[in-house]
Amino acid sequence: MTMPLPDLTSLLAGLGLFMLVASVAGYVLQLWFSPEGDNPVIENLNARIRSWWAMIILMALALLAGRVGTTLLFAFASFAALREFVTLLDTRRGDHWAVAVAFFIVLPLQYWFIATNWYGLYSILIPVYAFLIIPMIAVLRGDTERFLGRVAGIQWALMICVYCIAHVPALLNLEIPGYAGRNVMLIAFLIIVVQGSDVAQYIWGKLLGKRKIAPSVSPSKTVEGFVGGALSAVVIGAALSWITPFGPVRAGLMAFVIVIAGFLGGLVMSAIKRDRGVKDWGHTIPGHGGFLDRLDSVIFSAPIFFHLTRYWWSLT
Amino acid sequence: MTGLLAGLVANLIVIFARFVTAVRGIWMSGPPDTRPKVYFANHTSNGDFVLVWAALPHRVRSRTRPVAASDYWLTNPLRAFVGREVFKAVLINRNPEERTEDPVQLMLNALDDGSSLILFPEGKRNMGPDRLLPFKTGLYHLARQRIDTDLVPVWIENLNRALPKGEILPIPIICTVTFGPPIQIALNETKEDFLARAQAALAKVAETVERPRS
Repeated sequence: MTMPLPDLTSLLAGLGLFMLVASVAGYVLQLWFSPEGDNPVIENLNARIRSWWAMIILMALALLAGRVGTTLLFAFASFAALREFVTLLDTRRGDHWAVAVAFFIVLPLQYWFIATNWYGLYSILIPVYAFLIIPMIAVLRGDTERFLGRVAGIQWALMICVYCIAHVPALLNLEIPGYAGRNVMLIAFLIIVVQGSDVAQYIWGKLLGKRKIAPSVSPSKTVEGFVGGALSAVVIGAALSWITPFGPVRAGLMAFVIVIAGFLGGLVMSAIKRDRGVKDWGHTIPGHGGFLDRLDSVIFSAPIFFHLTRYWWSLT
Repeated sequence: MTGLLAGLVANLIVIFARFVTAVRGIWMSGPPDTRPKVYFANHTSNGDFVLVWAALPHRVRSRTRPVAASDYWLTNPLRAFVGREVFKAVLINRNPEERTEDPVQLMLNALDDGSSLILFPEGKRNMGPDRLLPFKTGLYHLARQRIDTDLVPVWIENLNRALPKGEILPIPIICTVTFGPPIQIALNETKEDFLARAQAALAKVAETVERPRS
C-alpha cells in the first residue's frame, strides 16, 4: 500500500545491530561458560536469542507488508494463544460448540472488524456479544457440571487471546493529526517497550536479582530485575519518542504505564499457570515456551496503550 | 498420478493435523530409525492414527502404515482412496466369518516389506473412565512371530478433547504423542503375561505426560 517508512527501516536496522551484539555476546558467553553445552542458563539464553531473531524477522516482514500483513500476523498469534489457553482449560464435551464458535467465528470476525476499521463493533464484539452468546451455546448442550467455571474460562480465553491481542493491529486505525501513514510505528513502539522491558528485567534480574518480588506467583522475578527493567524501558520509550506522536516526556510516561501493566499482567498469567499446575503455556518458541509466555505482557498493555493514545491523540 | 495425489493429500492432512493440534512428538528413547517397528497406542478418537503419523519424522512416516478396519475404510470410494492410497492402511476385516485372509499374516507381510505398523490393541475407542481397555491378542501374535521387532508404546494425549466421539468439527487443542522405550516379547512369555506387560508399558508412558490439574 505505502512505501516502507524511512523511520521503520532505520529502526529495524538498529534492532538488527542490537541483535547482532546480543548474538555475539551469547556466543562468547557460551565459549566461556558452556563449551560443552552443559550450562542451562547459557543454553536457554542462546535459545532465546535465536528465537528472538525469528520473531523479529517475522514481525518486521509483517510491519513492512502493511495493514494486511500485520493483521494476519496478530490473527495467527491470537489463534495460537487461544489454542494454548483452551488446552489448559478443564473443558468438557459440552463445551465443544462454544469453543468452536470462539475459534472459528469470534476470532475471524474480530480481526475482520479491525481490518475494516469498524471501531464500534470490534470494541464490543467480545465483551458484549461473545460474552452473552458463549454461555447461551454452552447451555444448549445441557451439561451443568461446573458450568460457571467452564463458561468463564472460555470468556477469559477470548478476552485475553483475541480481544487484547487484537488491540495491537487496531493501533493502525487511529487517526492522529500529523502522524498519517505512520501508525505502524505505534506498534513498533509498544512491542519494543514491552519486550525491551522483559529482556531488561531478565538481564537486571540475572545480574543483580536478590529479593523476590512475588515468590508465590513467579519465583524468578526479583525487585532488582523489575526496577532495573522498568527504568530501562522508560529510557527506551523516551529515546524512541521520535517514532511516536508523543514528546520525549510523554513517551517515557507511556512506556511507564506499558511496563506496569505488562509486569502485573505477566504475574496474572503466571498465577493462571500455577493454578493449572504447568510451567509454560506451550513449547512452540524454543527458550521462551508458548506464544502466551512471550505475549503475556503485551496482552495486558496493548488495550491500555491503545485507549490512552486514542483518548489524547486520536481524532476518531 | 494416483501416487502424486495421494502424497499431496497426505501432506495436507498432516498440515491440518498440525494446525489443529500443534502436535509434538516426545521421544523417551531418542528419535526413531527406519527399521520396521510396531507402534501400539491408546485409542480415544478417530483422529488417533493421523496424529501419530503427523508426529513421526517424515522419513519414518512414509513407511509407517496403520492397521485399520476394512469394514470402515472400504464403505465408500473416498474413504477407500484415503485408506488404501494415502494412509496405505493394512486393512483388516473385524468380522471373522467374512475373512479371506489371516489378519496377523497381513501385518507380518507389511513388516517383512520394511513397513512399520501403528496399531490400537484396545480394539475400539475407549470412552470409559479407565485409562486403558484390555488389549486384544493381535499384538501378542505379531510379537511372537517377529521376536526381534521393537514394539513401541505410544501415548496420545488430548486428542479426545479436540475431536470427541460424535463431533465432526475438531477444535484446536494442543496434543502430544509420547513414544516410550520399546519392548520385545520374552522367550516362553505367556499371552496373558505379555499383554499385561505391554499394557503396563503403555500406562507407564501415560504417567510421564505433563497435564494440567483436573
